[in-house]
Amino acid sequence: MLHLSWVVFLKDVRMEFRGKEALNASLAFALVVLILFSFAFDPTSEQIREITGGLLWILFAFSGVLLVNRSFVREQSNDCLDILIVSKVPASSLLLGKTLANLVFILMIESVCLPVFSVLYNINLFQLPLWLLGTCMLASWAIAILGTVFAAMTVKLRLRELMLPVMLYPMIIPALAAAMYLTNLVAAGKVPEGDDLIWVRLLVGFDIIFTTLALGLIDTILVD
Amino acid sequence: MSVLSAYQVSKFFGNFPALRNLTFELEAGECIALLGRNGAGKTTLLQLMAGLTRPTDGKLEVARRVSLLGHGIGVYDELSARENLLFFASLSPNKIDVEAWLERVNLKEVANAPLREYSRGMRQRLALARTFMGEPELLLLDEPFTSLDDKATALLQTLLADALARKSTIVLSTHQIPEAMAMATRILFLERGKLGYYGPRPDEMLDDSTWIYRTYGANL
Repeated sequence: MLHLSWVVFLKDVRMEFRGKEALNASLAFALVVLILFSFAFDPTSEQIREITGGLLWILFAFSGVLLVNRSFVREQSNDCLDILIVSKVPASSLLLGKTLANLVFILMIESVCLPVFSVLYNINLFQLPLWLLGTCMLASWAIAILGTVFAAMTVKLRLRELMLPVMLYPMIIPALAAAMYLTNLVAAGKVPEGDDLIWVRLLVGFDIIFTTLALGLIDTILVD
Repeated sequence: MSVLSAYQVSKFFGNFPALRNLTFELEAGECIALLGRNGAGKTTLLQLMAGLTRPTDGKLEVARRVSLLGHGIGVYDELSARENLLFFASLSPNKIDVEAWLERVNLKEVANAPLREYSRGMRQRLALARTFMGEPELLLLDEPFTSLDDKATALLQTLLADALARKSTIVLSTHQIPEAMAMATRILFLERGKLGYYGPRPDEMLDDSTWIYRTYGANL
């Protein structure tokens, strides 16, 4: 199963890097929003520290949707998804491969946006690099796994670009809330401890529960 | 040896019965022409056989190694011919010599070029390589002769003959009766979602392609 996931992952990454349609669109969107907000807020104010996590994770959720939306659309042209289903690739392998590819794409967007944010808003986000990396990995996985499942559900809908965020955002609120809180702590240079760790547990639990559910349900989603 | 068995299979879309109570078996090494008027349920039956949809009722057992050539060619435009075949080969449980297949469909010299640069005929030949290369037990072909150029038609006929020789089962949904009758050993005729006829190809079909529609279509 992992071998097939890896094959699907490599194929998706290769296809995206060749066209870079989703990556370019997502990165351009994220940078434009960061720049626009930098005009709206005073970088020296204390208020900006309080909304750092919120601003960043709403931005990543929005730009992430642009990326995950392409996951199954990519398979639609020439009916490639049908061929994958017929070839008896386990749906869970397909989902895992695509989620990994989406995770890489989202992390790439974040790796560009976080330094840009630090410069534009005069906030050092890299005081606790391991905590920042851990938060990004866990929250990005939440966006990637749920986004990929909902992308599979909406791929045959005409209004999929609209339906995907409508379905996805309410579901990832807990993961985003945890990521926002932890990012605010990291931006303030505070190591999460005591009651703060409940947000880490929430993020880990969210990922485990929804990954298990997604892997269990994807076969039903892909074959009607 | 049976590669597919259907028992009382029905498929409903809402209240509309696309297929009703189909019972039949496909044996290894047979070529089945799937015939029927537009809307008879041919595509739905192919989708069921391919595992793209599930029966509403009844039981359907299908061989493990199935390959489909549908209306879409089932290859990625962003990848080259070699990358496409390598990708699909790595999904197959069989070991596949991709280079030999590129040679066979005469695409070796352009194997690294992106598919966007291919002519329609080259894309069709690549799709044929993708369909046949895993030596599947069951081949499902939906209108395979439609809009093929001469080279691809000749290649398809050779590949079909080879597949039959190694005892693959072929299901051929088509409106091009003469081509299908040249190869078919059995006919599965659908009429408004019901099984009109399933049996050996009647000799009458060689001379009169509408014979089965007149003989079995009206009774249902």
